[in-house]
Amino acid sequence: MDVELNLDAAFSALADPTRRAILARLALGEATVSELAGPFEMTQPAISQHLKVLEGAGLISARTVGTKRPRRLETAGIEVMDEWLARLRKSLENRYERLDDVLAAMENPKKEKGQ
Amino acid sequence: MSKTMLNKMTLQTEGETHVVVTRRFAASPEAVYRAHTDPKLIQRWLLGPEGWVMPVCINEARVGGKIRYEWTKPDGSKGFFITGEILEIGPGHRIVHVERMHLPDATPDNHVETRFDREDAGTLMTMRMTLPDAQTRAMMLASGMERGMEASYARLEEMI
Repeated sequence: MDVELNLDAAFSALADPTRRAILARLALGEATVSELAGPFEMTQPAISQHLKVLEGAGLISARTVGTKRPRRLETAGIEVMDEWLARLRKSLENRYERLDDVLAAMENPKKEKGQ
Repeated sequence: MSKTMLNKMTLQTEGETHVVVTRRFAASPEAVYRAHTDPKLIQRWLLGPEGWVMPVCINEARVGGKIRYEWTKPDGSKGFFITGEILEIGPGHRIVHVERMHLPDATPDNHVETRFDREDAGTLMTMRMTLPDAQTRAMMLASGMERGMEASYARLEEMI
């Protein structure tokens, strides 16, 4: 498996919200096209097209199980997910740090911020 | 800073459909509860990426009361909004509500229980979200990440 990440391909693959959501879904484990099509309210051909783009970027891969081809995250896809979760965590942390300041100001109305 | 360490947030998925966030605050449960229910206070901290503001903030802190939060981006254009209803309320210590994001299509309901428990001189907040299924949870986490993504795309555009 070629693990070298094609940055341009990965970046344009991730520019689409549906593909980002598919990646997040695959972070939970393997899924087939029909399993993905249901929750995303899209046709299977439309989902297949998105999967092709994600595969081309090296973010996911397929294996063959009988007549099915479940998709799963590749290392590069897992790294992207880790980075997103870290970013979500960071934005929530920033939010709660602002709340710390609001709470401090409620107790001590004269000192507005950063005492 | 030691205060930051002490107040470290946790964010974990639980089972197939839950997300649990915990955070400690150096204030009473009543104060943290107020900061979650008084629109004037909510508008000061419940924000998105740098520069986003919340011009519309409705939180009718009573059973059956409505929630509506609207965000705008730094350039003044509309971000997205959340609507919801309050199901149960324990003044000063507990809020149970449902909410959905409008992106602009409404996402499935997120059922949220937020508890404010006294711990030493401060408060332990525990927010437990329940989504209808694993896929919806994945999509919610992805769209939460998306807001961070948007900021990083903007930065990238500046760089190239």
